[in-house]
Amino acid sequence: MAGVPIVSLNGVLLVTIQEELLDQSVAEFEQELTEKVVETRARGVLIDVSVLDIIDSFLARTLHDIAAITSLMAARTVVVGMRPAVAITLVELGLTLPGLETALSVEEGLSLLSPAPGPARTARP
Amino acid sequence: MTTTSDRQITTVVSDFLDAQKDAIVAQWAGSSFFRSVAQDSDQAAGDSAEVLRGVRRAIAAGQADNPGADGFNDLRSLLTALASQLDGNEGVSARTAVEVSELKQPLLRLWQEQADAELLTPGAVMLVGAVDTLRLVLVESALAAARDTLAIQREQLSELSTPVIKLWDGVLAIPLIGTLDSMRSQVATESLLQAIMTQQAKVAILDITGVPTVDTMVAQHLLKTAMAARLMGAECVISGIRPQIANTMVQLGIDLGEVATRARLADALAYALHRLGLQVGSSPAGPDVR
Repeated sequence: MAGVPIVSLNGVLLVTIQEELLDQSVAEFEQELTEKVVETRARGVLIDVSVLDIIDSFLARTLHDIAAITSLMAARTVVVGMRPAVAITLVELGLTLPGLETALSVEEGLSLLSPAPGPARTARP
Repeated sequence: MTTTSDRQITTVVSDFLDAQKDAIVAQWAGSSFFRSVAQDSDQAAGDSAEVLRGVRRAIAAGQADNPGADGFNDLRSLLTALASQLDGNEGVSARTAVEVSELKQPLLRLWQEQADAELLTPGAVMLVGAVDTLRLVLVESALAAARDTLAIQREQLSELSTPVIKLWDGVLAIPLIGTLDSMRSQVATESLLQAIMTQQAKVAILDITGVPTVDTMVAQHLLKTAMAARLMGAECVISGIRPQIANTMVQLGIDLGEVATRARLADALAYALHRLGLQVGSSPAGPDVR
């Protein structure tokens, strides 16, 4: 148990990282989350990092990996609430994380992940 | 001349300054330098007494020619204040320097009346040297004060020159004007990202219509700002890139591929509204102000 609570909410896994994680915990968290995606057949993953003052290169890399892994399982990952200082630092480090979806707030992230309305919507089993 | 007689002159001159203190202060307070900065004669007398104390201390320490002497250091804050009072007129100028030089005459006159023939010239040299050093300290203090003012103003300018404007709910703009250096672009980046977070803006427009030239570093900075905004979950649009700047960027090999760019601020706003799912158009019935 990595100590990161994962809440399943209406087909979306909501994760709030509440404190700086050690590399070991980050790896465990990644594994736990990806297993949970399969288990809950989640449509999307929302990772809230608004509490974090520091996101190191390893965590940034892991966030990127999670997005890539979940997309293989047909789930989208959105990282929300990154602070300005964290964002600048990551960019300065050259970690622009292309392909990672981001949103300003949990609310907006949820609306990003909400199933598109309209007749094209497929029924979930 | 031996060291012993140097010390002797030092003692004699500082004794002279002590003995003639009141006469000197009276003369100095009437001089054009103290008169021009002081508000009344009492203040002029107080200021000149304090200057005399500092000069005497420097002379007594045998450091009449050293602007870093304790006696002169004591005077720096007073002289800075005096110099700042001159600011209202024309500041410390060549004329001020001449006025300080005028302080020599009363000193030398009194010295001439007092001194022994043997000590007359070396003592006069010492007094003139002390006043010259005083003048140097005044100019130094004024320069230091001006430097501080400049630094403060530069800081205020960089704050003033990067306003973040809310154009619409969820749309911010930061119109950049003038030459961008690394400090200014950093301030712009920080205030823009901070505003994105506090106002939860989805689109931020970086308008560089008013920027005449862009060098590699500034272009990189714009790019980094856009990337950081994207990491936060907002989108950055750069507008107002002039043809010459676009040309420079291409030649420098700067790729803005991942950042949306628009020719004019108006186009960027239209793009931003489109991203928010809004649309602006003229209604067929003419202008309709809701």
